[in-house]
Amino acid sequence: MAEGTQASGEKKARPIVPFLRLGDRPHLVGKKCDQCGAVYLGNRVACSKCSTTGPFSEIPLSTKGSLWVYSIVHQSAPGIPTPYVAAIVDLPEGVSVRCNIIDVEPDPAKIPFGMPVEMITRKVREDKEGNDIIAFFFRPASKN
Amino acid sequence: MRNVYVLGVGMIKFGRYPDKDVPELAAQAALLALKDAGMTMKDIQLLASGNLLQAGAMVGQRLLQQIGQTGIPVINVANACATGSTAFREAYFAVGSGEYEVAMAVGSEQMGKAGLLGGGGASREGSVEGILGSGLMPAVFGQAGVEHMRKHGTKMEHFAKISVKNHKHSTKNPLSQYQNEMDLDAVMKARMIAYPNTLYMCCPTGDGAAAAIVVSEAVMKKYAKKPVKVGCSVLTSDPWSDRDLTLPDVSTLTRTAAKQAYERAGVGPEDLDLVELHDCFATAELLHYENLGLCKEGEAGRGVDEGWFAHGGKSPVNVSGGLLSKGHPLGATGVANIYEVVMHLRGEAGARQVEGAKVGLAHVIGLGSACTIHILTA
Repeated sequence: MAEGTQASGEKKARPIVPFLRLGDRPHLVGKKCDQCGAVYLGNRVACSKCSTTGPFSEIPLSTKGSLWVYSIVHQSAPGIPTPYVAAIVDLPEGVSVRCNIIDVEPDPAKIPFGMPVEMITRKVREDKEGNDIIAFFFRPASKN
Repeated sequence: MRNVYVLGVGMIKFGRYPDKDVPELAAQAALLALKDAGMTMKDIQLLASGNLLQAGAMVGQRLLQQIGQTGIPVINVANACATGSTAFREAYFAVGSGEYEVAMAVGSEQMGKAGLLGGGGASREGSVEGILGSGLMPAVFGQAGVEHMRKHGTKMEHFAKISVKNHKHSTKNPLSQYQNEMDLDAVMKARMIAYPNTLYMCCPTGDGAAAAIVVSEAVMKKYAKKPVKVGCSVLTSDPWSDRDLTLPDVSTLTRTAAKQAYERAGVGPEDLDLVELHDCFATAELLHYENLGLCKEGEAGRGVDEGWFAHGGKSPVNVSGGLLSKGHPLGATGVANIYEVVMHLRGEAGARQVEGAKVGLAHVIGLGSACTIHILTA
């Protein structure tokens, strides 16, 4: 049983993407190509870097990383609240993650490149059965 | 491959045609190209039709219903924003292979005022758009521009100046969707869409169509047209790179294509008299200066400041007005870029003519991912 699931009939916390693991210490998981070392979020059929069909090792990914680039989105698809900071965060395992940066002002002067960031999770909606859908976000890392 | 030439081109003014449908727009462009070539539909031996948003609707066959059902083979092409240029490539290979003597490529699109390129809105069940970053084109190309800022210290003003340049160019192009000048202040202060691209640094939606007829050398010699040779036709997709599964790599795709194109055409970036490149956003155009080798790595910002890429500069880019002002009806764009280069190589580009143009390059990228480059020579 994946973490975050409970007996039927009760509301569950469900990760928004399969490579997000919930529980006491929420984290992302990746698959690392044993042959070439490329790391991917989630599962792979084969490695798009070296084309080998495996094996892949599942690795937990760090919850701390650094900001590579971002854009501040002021106009999005209908129903999506703006502005938000859409970004790419690099993790030490060699994988990059598409995400939102929260707890920053949407102002380029206040979003330094290379900024240390840390992952947190939040409920973003409920599904049709009333389960909580949990997403991950990155925010400026706390100093300790 | 044997030599292939462009004999006829046609393009309708890009804009909004709510009272017409796609086959009608495509038919208008096809008829213009036939007239330009001095041919009729009965001369065409193969049709490649590019259209993205109605990719399942057999636009090529419906086009023939409008202008002549001669029983020829029809290929319907969808390849993101490189749809039209991939259709042109199909026509090129049909003739270059020796199988056909005359082939036509038509690119068409009707977008109306459709929403943001790239789709993927909140209405889709389980969407992560706006929650886990963004896959929408404004954000993707915003991030690509910010990456250049990070690496080379490029400023938002550099991107804005590109929009100013292309809007200025468009005032000389009667087929451009917009033909108004835009000053730097207006571009910088326009509504922000996705930093650093403001509204006027994003290409508009719209409708349009363009067509090109390609022929063998033997057919070319029978017509009293200035010959324009297709020097190469290159198509690439993304090679693996560090961040491309999260940040679409709009640069490597083009760099690979450019390397192949220059080798195959036997010319270098210094030989190009004009370039029509894929400025879907102002950030994209700046990246492609370097990707196509028009300037050195990290020099694009300086080149913008010094006017290298403006009409009259050492490397004129998007003298048509570019996607930013000419418009970007997705499936039409690739053929429209060919149209523009051909007009200059023939000396028929009117007020925007690049004097004495002998070599031109047409570039398109589509995410994710396809990149075409065609180099044409007079």
